[in-house]
Amino acid sequence: MTEQRRLRLFRGTRERGELKEYQVAAGEGMVVLDAVHMIQAEQAPDLAVRWNCKAGKCGSCSAEINGKPKLMCMTRMSDYAPDETITVTPMKAFPVIKDLVTDVSWNYEVNKRIPAFQPRKPDAPDGTWRMYQFEVERPQEFRKCIECFLCQDVCHVLRTHEKHEQFMGPAMLVRAAVYEMHPLDAADRRDYLRHDGGIGYCNITKCCTEVCPESITITDNAIIPLKERVVDANYDPLAALWRKVTGKAP
Amino acid sequence: MAASDLRSHSYDVVVIGAGGAGLRAAIEASAQKAKVALVCKSLLGKAHTVMAEGGAAAALGNVMGEDNWRVHFRDTMRGGKMHNNWRMAQIHAQEAPARINELEAWGALFDRTPDGRINQRPFGGHTYSRLAHVGDRTGLEMIRVLQDKSVHSGIDVHMECTIVKLFVVGGKIAGALGYFRETGRFVLFKTGAIVLATGGIGKAWQITSNSWEYTGDGHALAYEAGAELIDMEFVQFHPTGMVWPPSVRGILVTEGVRGEGGVLKNSQGERFMFRYMPDMFKGDFAETEAESDAWVKGDRKKNRRPPELLTRDVVSKAIVKEIAEGRGTEHGGVLLDIASKQSADLIKKKLPSMYHQFKELAQVDITKDPMEIGPTTHYMMGGVKVDAETQESTVPGLYAAGEVGGGMHGANRLGGNSLSDLLVFGRRAGQYAAEKRGTPPRIPDADVDIAMQEALAPFDRADGENPFAAQSALQAVMQRHAGIIRDRQGLETALAELDKLKVRALEAGVTGSREYNPGWHTAIDLRSLLVVSEATARAALERTESRGAHTRSDYPDSDEKQAREQIVIKKEGARMTVRRETQPPLPADLMTLIKEGK
Repeated sequence: MTEQRRLRLFRGTRERGELKEYQVAAGEGMVVLDAVHMIQAEQAPDLAVRWNCKAGKCGSCSAEINGKPKLMCMTRMSDYAPDETITVTPMKAFPVIKDLVTDVSWNYEVNKRIPAFQPRKPDAPDGTWRMYQFEVERPQEFRKCIECFLCQDVCHVLRTHEKHEQFMGPAMLVRAAVYEMHPLDAADRRDYLRHDGGIGYCNITKCCTEVCPESITITDNAIIPLKERVVDANYDPLAALWRKVTGKAP
Repeated sequence: MAASDLRSHSYDVVVIGAGGAGLRAAIEASAQKAKVALVCKSLLGKAHTVMAEGGAAAALGNVMGEDNWRVHFRDTMRGGKMHNNWRMAQIHAQEAPARINELEAWGALFDRTPDGRINQRPFGGHTYSRLAHVGDRTGLEMIRVLQDKSVHSGIDVHMECTIVKLFVVGGKIAGALGYFRETGRFVLFKTGAIVLATGGIGKAWQITSNSWEYTGDGHALAYEAGAELIDMEFVQFHPTGMVWPPSVRGILVTEGVRGEGGVLKNSQGERFMFRYMPDMFKGDFAETEAESDAWVKGDRKKNRRPPELLTRDVVSKAIVKEIAEGRGTEHGGVLLDIASKQSADLIKKKLPSMYHQFKELAQVDITKDPMEIGPTTHYMMGGVKVDAETQESTVPGLYAAGEVGGGMHGANRLGGNSLSDLLVFGRRAGQYAAEKRGTPPRIPDADVDIAMQEALAPFDRADGENPFAAQSALQAVMQRHAGIIRDRQGLETALAELDKLKVRALEAGVTGSREYNPGWHTAIDLRSLLVVSEATARAALERTESRGAHTRSDYPDSDEKQAREQIVIKKEGARMTVRRETQPPLPADLMTLIKEGK
């Protein structure tokens, strides 16, 4: 059972480009990435698109489908009316390389600057640690992140205001949250988050949480607790005194 | 070729591939103070390791204290149908626990036991609960931990860079040529030590759990460089891939579903695996549904494992037989049912990504209904022949670790042994490659020019055949003639068809620019696919028996005389040669370990 579907894809580079229309014979259960691949295999072999797992686990095929940030591999053609033209464009918050592929290297640069995980000394007799399921579940939620960068794409601080220099964005805040809430971690990232990370730029509109294909509660579970830690460290006079005297985070 | 077209770098160690093995190798080489480049075909963190679901096998003994490396070794050898490189299987079983603990020290958040240690789940072919895991996304956890470790280790990462040629000068590794996908420009890495960690060859089949990257680049690069390949006939077809709808066919369904109690049924509702118990495993598995159910409920001392947890080769063949005899589903699969065995809460907690995958892609709620599944090409046991201790190939300075290496898994890999293999042998390859550092031999300019010209040749044939069409023709040949069940006639047909495809590949052409041009990338990958497909077909034709994942309908039985015989593939001149080599026998102490379990 196939039906003719119309797609419009962005074709071009950073300098210039246009939406080009294609027709494909869509089969049962097809996702948008399948349609893009059909176009690539049969009509436009030089059509640039990133993908790997095709099962929502690697976060490579991020794009905007009818203006909404989505994974192409997890978006079914049947989600759109049969006579509707499906428009696929590259993520807007990052520079286009070609067609649907964007330059996401900035995210990797930011990740490098997040202070690394530092475990406390092993304290179990066998030279490892003990951690309990209820403790690991909190950071495990953030480790579900597949680095699709759709949250970065939708975040207005990056998308509209282009504050890439000042703000690390929700994906990298989630990354920092893994370690900040890790039961073994002993590093202090609050200063980094406040200054280099620009956590104050986030005004918790929760757009990031809405687009996350892994359903990570980015704003409530990662960003707000991080904001609280930063605030506590900087505006609690007792904590400030403690830090001064001991040189350690309270 | 214009010199301006070529960037050049010098490194002590160049690691090709950034999945678990590549990352672990790079981290180790860097720890040895080597200057390291990590080159990957995709973005960092997207390698196939992220798809690994069930867990990493290591005899930590956290759940069942009886476990130790000896039992893990025995399970691995028996799962590999005694064809494994015994020394690799031994090193792997001995070192895996330390590698898992090390991952925890680097930030991995494994699921926990009630007393706060790393939890371990049961899996096919493992006597005890052995797989350290994070729900059903263990690979993602592992790659992220290694990725973050690597970015703080001073390693240069070259992303979206495909290596097209290794240079061997005076019998030694001298460097590698690659191109960046973004610009199409070439890059020359000058180095005396290269670690291949490029993964497998699953893209040579139509139905596969593997991504576009899995075109056997490392296998082909090593072969072209004169290294020997072994065990190329042993391709693992995972029993449970999705079958419906057509667009998701082949996507992996984790063995963890069966580890958590999922059962296989045919279209008549029969739980058929009880009928497929091989002699080798008789007595180790439950013989009734009641015993299986009691085991699943947690009473593991008095009851034996369900037969669904037999090794992957056995389960895949059973499924194929059920379907061939008319007991398959309408879409050509069988049913995997966990809904009737576990609560919806447990399923969502233990198998969240399977729940999500079926809900989104197949509109099936696995907490209520069974999954339709069938075998899918999954893993390459065969690969570059390496020294067990150092992972060095038969070409000095060339190392291989992870799926691209051969020998560790023998004729069939146990689930969970891949993630631990990546860590154990990735580390060893990185360590020994770093020790090998030194000034590499000089690569003649003319050799580099020729390699670049060959890579660019498809642009000279704008009217040539569409490379995507040639690739899909190759996949059809391998699916049909070199799949789960093989015979002489089919394999000879495959070789004849591959010969024709070689000609077609030479005629493949591309249009457009060199910048991010998937048509061109596919034309280049096709060269690797042709090498590994031919090697697989030739080795499969040579092995006149059925063993593990290699099944010949014209030689349906195992032949003990061939158990320790390896098929070795090597390039001589322009020709692919095939020969047999007998592996050294197991030392007496290890042989005793194997027999103890029987």
